[in-house]
Amino acid sequence: MPRHLSIKAPYPPGDFAIWIIIYVELLTFSLLFIGYAFSRRAEVELFNASQLVLNQTSGFINTLILITSSYFIVKAVQSIKNMTKQTTQSANSVASKWLLSAMFLGFLFLLMKVSEFTQIFGMGINLSTNTFFMFYLLLTMFHFMHVMLGLIILGNIYQKTKRVGYTTDDYSGIETGASYWHLVDLLWIVLFPLIYIIR
Amino acid sequence: MKYTSQMVAKPYFIFALILLAGEILFGLLMAVQYLFGDFLFPLIPFNVLRMVHTNLLIVLILFGFMGASYYLVPEEAERELWSPKLAIITFWVFAVTGVATILGYLFVPYAELTELTFNNLLPTMGREFLEQPLPTKLGIVLVVVSYIVNVTMTVILGRKTVITTVLFTGLFFMAAFFLVAFYVPENLVLDKFLWWFTIHLWVEATWELILGAILAFVLIKVTGVDREHIDKWLYLIIAMTMISGILGTGHHFFYMGAPEYWLWIGSIASAVEPLPFFLMILFAFTMSKNRKIKHDNEMALTWAKGTAVVSFLGAGVLGFIHTLAPVNMFTHGTQLTAAHGHLSFYGAYIMIIFTIISYAMPIMRGRPHGNCAKAQALELKSFWMMNIGMVGLTLSLATAGVMQILDQRVGTELLGFMESQTTIAGVYTVRAGFGVLVFLGLLTYFASFFVKEEQIA
Repeated sequence: MPRHLSIKAPYPPGDFAIWIIIYVELLTFSLLFIGYAFSRRAEVELFNASQLVLNQTSGFINTLILITSSYFIVKAVQSIKNMTKQTTQSANSVASKWLLSAMFLGFLFLLMKVSEFTQIFGMGINLSTNTFFMFYLLLTMFHFMHVMLGLIILGNIYQKTKRVGYTTDDYSGIETGASYWHLVDLLWIVLFPLIYIIR
Repeated sequence: MKYTSQMVAKPYFIFALILLAGEILFGLLMAVQYLFGDFLFPLIPFNVLRMVHTNLLIVLILFGFMGASYYLVPEEAERELWSPKLAIITFWVFAVTGVATILGYLFVPYAELTELTFNNLLPTMGREFLEQPLPTKLGIVLVVVSYIVNVTMTVILGRKTVITTVLFTGLFFMAAFFLVAFYVPENLVLDKFLWWFTIHLWVEATWELILGAILAFVLIKVTGVDREHIDKWLYLIIAMTMISGILGTGHHFFYMGAPEYWLWIGSIASAVEPLPFFLMILFAFTMSKNRKIKHDNEMALTWAKGTAVVSFLGAGVLGFIHTLAPVNMFTHGTQLTAAHGHLSFYGAYIMIIFTIISYAMPIMRGRPHGNCAKAQALELKSFWMMNIGMVGLTLSLATAGVMQILDQRVGTELLGFMESQTTIAGVYTVRAGFGVLVFLGLLTYFASFFVKEEQIA
């Protein structure tokens, strides 16, 4: 497989700054996950009972949606990384289509979450209802904001592919955005079983 | 200096330094009152001294920020300041208002001051740090609005840079959050809740943007590192600062009647808050290491690196040790809070003002390469005197705080407040000693301005 390295170091992919952000995000979410675990130990029955209120099916569908979108992002990055000077235009075009598909799934995720939140708030549940719902709302809403930011980042990358902005020498931007999107995905993969499934 | 209008920064810097001297002097008087309770009583009681001490700090930082902005904005925007005249008028309005307010605090009993200044029309007085009479608060609004207009117009008409964008964002939200100071709800919990919107979001959000912008400007000037590189760091730091800082407001909502979820939000956001400060250290030292020029003004870079390190220690580390909710339950409102307050304000805001003054003042005084080696050597001495003084003072206060907690809050055999204070007296003496060192350091800093330029000629 032809491989054209960018002038920057191949690992970690993307801009170094994004990795600082990723580690800080992982740290922050880890603190919340640990906080959840400790609080659950103190009130296992309350947590188990409250968990039943959540819609696990929609949570599962959302997991599939995010994992698929991450796959699309991988395809977009692959298309850019495998291009040659002659295929720059077509590679950018292919990448833009993968990105658009990933963004579509991202929006779908947000829509599903909005409908879930509407249902939860409709039941009169809020941050003060109990410790389980406090964590559920804090974690999922915080994650929701990350998906929104991720979509803005993907939107920018998409625009750049439309302008044939990525070249064999410079494709650090798409790797940067992809790294962030994978973070959003990774966080959900931990969050979903922890909050929705594990009893 | 590229633009003549940058000169308007000079009176702002000089006045900020004079206010700093006053602030430290009032601090020293309080340090004595901690040892001898009736010192200066009834002439200036402790509560008045404290009010003057904290209000002077706020005003001097604003003067420093204004001076810094008026100096750096023309250079960034690549044009003269929109209205140097307005900047001068603003200076005098602010100086007169500030001095009159301090004199009011010192010579008029506070209750009488409320009556004299129409507090009955719109009650806003009597709250910590926002003690200013209504006319002063209105004066601050006018001054800040004129300052923002001047900066904004200059930026709009000139080159837009990341530094000016960050600076403007900081200024705009600083003004917006001050407006909350005009609303005093009857519900005491809501009052305290909203009060933090001004206090916390100034200190741990908007002011940090201004700090970041000034630091980035000085680093570009003295290291010659590419703007693009510095901009990226600046964005990274401020993004992290804003997110952790805004959610970090939650650490003030512990055990005060606000909903319980703030215990979690406040604790977790506070755990992240030291990180942007740590990034700032990496930022300053990496830029220094990768510098492309060796600027003769070495003190400016020393202060820049110093502000990154000390603000990390003061705001980051000392803040974090008592912002986890279960810890804060014991430490709240003790001398540990004072320790954090002192080193964070000094590290983040006083030192950034020293940074810009040390960079800009020599240029405004016709020394584009910085002060002569002799003056810089004296300034370096003052740098260490003030830093050692502040760290010593802070460690003393932290020790006092821990003693206070053990005396009054842990276990069952608890001491009363005054009894506990007596046991801490020895530590307070050490604190006063370090306070004197800080003041002597400031005097040494002043002296460095008067070292004759032997090398030029």
